[in-house]
Amino acid sequence: MAKQKLKELVINGDWCKGCGICIKFCPTQVLELDRQDRCIAVRPEDCICCKMCELRCPDLAIEVITEKGEGGDHEK
Amino acid sequence: MAIKDYLRQRFFPHIWCPGCGHGIVLSSLLHAVEELGLAKNDIVMTSGIGCSARISGYVDFHSLHTLHGRALAFATGVKLAKPALNLLVPMGDGDALAIGGNHFIHAARRNINITAIVMNNRIYGMTGGQFSPLSGCGKRATTAPFLTIDQEFDVVKLAKAAGASFVARSTTYHAKESTLYLKKAIMHKGFSVVEILSQCPTHYGRKNKEGDAPDMLELYKDTTAKLGSKALEKNPDLIPRGIFVEEERGEYCEEYDKLVDKAMGGAR
Ligand code: SF4
Ligand code: SF4
Ligand code: SF4
Repeated sequence: MAKQKLKELVINGDWCKGCGICIKFCPTQVLELDRQDRCIAVRPEDCICCKMCELRCPDLAIEVITEKGEGGDHEK
Repeated sequence: MAIKDYLRQRFFPHIWCPGCGHGIVLSSLLHAVEELGLAKNDIVMTSGIGCSARISGYVDFHSLHTLHGRALAFATGVKLAKPALNLLVPMGDGDALAIGGNHFIHAARRNINITAIVMNNRIYGMTGGQFSPLSGCGKRATTAPFLTIDQEFDVVKLAKAAGASFVARSTTYHAKESTLYLKKAIMHKGFSVVEILSQCPTHYGRKNKEGDAPDMLELYKDTTAKLGSKALEKNPDLIPRGIFVEEERGEYCEEYDKLVDKAMGGAR
């Protein structure tokens, strides 16, 4: 699959409950919890746009917006 | 359309606990609907009672939040009245297979074109962590302080035996896979069942020392394997994921239509 380029990682701090799922499974450690236990993107430049954080977030608080089309597959 | 456009955003953040798997099932379902390009007005979601059943309040489809265990009965009525609509019926494990067990097997037997989603967290979450018919043996619950002695249902085997013409299983860890199976289930003509193992960190996880939500997802990764995989062959104790049944069989609404035609002697 063609490499995707990240446009924006939109994280809705009002919806995030700080469960840590996205952080634990991000393959490139892009995400962390801030001091209020809300998810933030600390290394967006490392994002490979696999979109697994978006798909696994139980609070629908993350949206991975790429330059064009779909993200890669990093589930396996 | 974006996923958010399928939500009733005014009810967010939702009521589910931090890390609850039901939110991931909601997300997978919306991704499936979005990828299929279904119109909101063509979808009806019915739900019963329990943490799981709150889901129908969050989607911007036609929705019916009904009685405990009866979501499929209501869905059957809607489908027979308006066969063109897509019926999505997410249920908890207790809702689907204890209180609603009879509705479940008979909807499967009739092969009515409805998509049933069993959000299996193996416990009654809303009422405080009582064990369910999906808990299985040796599990701790509020009503089983000395561990359960009850065997659990195997949702896949039960659905298959009852006559469901599409049966699949995945987990919240495998969100992409769940989305794929949900898409296939929605497109399938007949009664489809997708079981999604879904973590309840608040009750099941805490009582059974499975850790927090990320730990429970990790367990889904480690204790399941794809149908036909080497891993499953080597270790049959793993829970199989995949599509177990996918077959064509007479669909109930269509059969009913044929019957009406016959009874009317072509006068319709
Ligand atoms: S899209 Fe993938 S790589 Fe990017 S932040 Fe999400 S999980 Fe990490
Ligand atoms: S998965 Fe969602 S709710 Fe959990 S920490 Fe990440 S953004 Fe927040
Ligand atoms: S009690 Fe369990 S199932 Fe209910 S919302 Fe909380 S984590 Fe989810």
